Amino acid sequence: MGLFILRRVGVMILTALCLTFIVFSLTNLYPNLEKLAKTEGNFRMSDEAVTSWLTKNGHLDPLPIKFGQWIGVVPGWTNTDEDGKITGRCIERGADPAEAATYCGILQGHWGNSSVFKEPVADIIATRLGHTGFLMLCVMLVMVPGALIIGVLAGMREGSRTDRSLSTVSILSTATPEYVSGVILIALFASSAVGLKWFKGTATSAMESANFENFFLPVITIALYGMGYIARMTRASMTEVMTSQYIRTARLKGVSFPNIVLKHALRNALIAPFTVIMLQFPWLLNGVVIVETLFNYKGFGWTLVQAAGNNDIELLLAISVVSVVVVLLTQLISDIGYVFLNPRIRIS
Amino acid sequence: MEPLSWGDIIVRVLIQFTPVWIALIATFALSITFKRRLGLYGKLFDSPIGMIGFALVMFWVFTALFNGMFDMIATHDPLGQVSGMKNKVPGTPLRGAEDGDYAYYLFGGDNLARDVFSRMVAGSVVVVQVAPLATLFAFMVGITLGLPAGYYGGMLDTVLSFLSNLILAFPVILLFYLLVTPEIVDTGIPNYMAMVLFIFPIVFTAVLFNSRYYTQPHIRTPLLIVVLGGMSWIYLSLISASGSVINVLPGPLDLFDIPGGVLVVFVSVVFVNSPTVYRIVRGLALDVKTRDYVAAAQTRGEGPWYIMLWEILPNVRGPLIVDFCLRIGYTTILLGTLGFFGLGLPPESPDWGSTINDGRKLLSVYPHPALPPAFALMSLVLGLNLLADGLREESLRD
Repeated sequence: MGLFILRRVGVMILTALCLTFIVFSLTNLYPNLEKLAKTEGNFRMSDEAVTSWLTKNGHLDPLPIKFGQWIGVVPGWTNTDEDGKITGRCIERGADPAEAATYCGILQGHWGNSSVFKEPVADIIATRLGHTGFLMLCVMLVMVPGALIIGVLAGMREGSRTDRSLSTVSILSTATPEYVSGVILIALFASSAVGLKWFKGTATSAMESANFENFFLPVITIALYGMGYIARMTRASMTEVMTSQYIRTARLKGVSFPNIVLKHALRNALIAPFTVIMLQFPWLLNGVVIVETLFNYKGFGWTLVQAAGNNDIELLLAISVVSVVVVLLTQLISDIGYVFLNPRIRIS
Repeated sequence: MEPLSWGDIIVRVLIQFTPVWIALIATFALSITFKRRLGLYGKLFDSPIGMIGFALVMFWVFTALFNGMFDMIATHDPLGQVSGMKNKVPGTPLRGAEDGDYAYYLFGGDNLARDVFSRMVAGSVVVVQVAPLATLFAFMVGITLGLPAGYYGGMLDTVLSFLSNLILAFPVILLFYLLVTPEIVDTGIPNYMAMVLFIFPIVFTAVLFNSRYYTQPHIRTPLLIVVLGGMSWIYLSLISASGSVINVLPGPLDLFDIPGGVLVVFVSVVFVNSPTVYRIVRGLALDVKTRDYVAAAQTRGEGPWYIMLWEILPNVRGPLIVDFCLRIGYTTILLGTLGFFGLGLPPESPDWGSTINDGRKLLSVYPHPALPPAFALMSLVLGLNLLADGLREESLRD
């Protein structure tokens, strides 16, 4: 088991390195750098001015070296201009160049500065992740119990009327992506044209104080899309369990139907959905981006759109590191949890 | 003129779709009459769920067909703006209508005074053109790489699986943003990716025919020359477009030019979909390669590619067909996501994602421009999911 986790962590680090390198090279393509120079400097820069600005700021070093600097295994660039003033990656503005560290990358905890928000990346990520974490938590609290209940109810009597109607509902919810259900929900419950106005169409105010009125629509929008999928998995595994031998034995013994479902079937039926729920996290991340944009909730997904839209290199890199780690960690947890829940599986 | 009431709008919309209804009824009548002779497709008409799904899908396919080929169904030009029709509610009569103009905006006007109904209809053309084809390409890539990975295992499997996990670990939207921004498009990276991804169908067909007719050179050689020649020509005209980085074919030989935005969207959707297909095919191949008929083929001395493509692949077609339907739905959702973030396609494009994105800004005041494309997208994806469900049920029944 220890070896298994160790190997998985190794693969995880390798994957994260590869992915960040891809993001790094795509964001550091020359047209992107040119755009960066023009937004940082001024828009009417000549080509030579762009080149000199980029050279001065260490953007024209070879790609592997820049990547090494970002990670913190290659000394950060320094540049001495005509007046003898030294600037460099590790030198804060106004600080003494002699005292600056040689290495400053993410290994040293230096995530760089965002060019869009003009703030340290680490601070932005921390606050935004907090907002999104809260959103995710609420989504999970709505989605998981809802999906499991629907799945178990549908799966316990296969082919019954409850089963058919609940299955149709779950197919409908998997067929409705967030940007469709969000739009429909806002139009129904938040627009002045329909006049229900039960909820608010934006969740901006939910960042300070989340309440039912401003937070219900974003949460239910994300939850709906994932719910159908988990419910279908739960239903499939529940129907499989309900046809197994030990359930038949229990029935023949005369155990009542609610008892069979709750005591005998439920535990075994929940093994498969557990993996699915864990693997839903990456999908949730997707939904979070859409919903945060739609409801203007300034969390992690909203930041991703801002960073990607403006080619904010260091913020984008930090975002991809975080999301890759989230994705891979959930995969790891789902694998380990599966072994614990299902003693028949052994990892050799 | 008076604005139309809701009942009138519904009747007029139904009338507007007349060609689609006729085509649908004809399809269903023919299929149900001959359903015993049509194999899996015919069996679909035994399951009510499958029939509903098929009807929803074919509704949009026929809509796209009639609108794209014969310019029917839509009442106005999807890009045309009429002054005074901005944000008008459904059923508003057209201001200054002349003879030959349709007299109403059935679903109202959007924030640029375009007809919402016509844009919804025109949006189906984009989806029906791109989604199935992109899914097919993703399947070609996934099958060509997944079969050997599952069959041989070993290093090949490790490397390919690592690569596919790499792509799957990427948040899809970040990937889209990285691939589809104008700066990246200028560097030609999507064109190079298209060059690599589009070669897989050719490889697939070449290996498919070669492994089958390997022992009969007099059939194989002409067949390969004709098929591969045609496909390579299409391939070259696909990837080469005047003005982009790859321009290999001289003008007259270039059959068609794909508009830059569509190509980029197409490539990124194929790229995102193929690792999942790869995983499915690999898993199926791993499962099937231990069967007796594979061992029998090995004992007969068949080549590995023959076994993969003519023994394993036909035997895993059931799950693959079902997944194909589901994946077209997923691709439709992805296309909508791209449109929703305003990536790839030009902003005035009538595809559903872009229209939803346009409409959402004024959603709380004027919900009508965003709702028709939203329901359209939902019904198409729902149809595909139901169709997949029906197919799964019927294919399990044998």
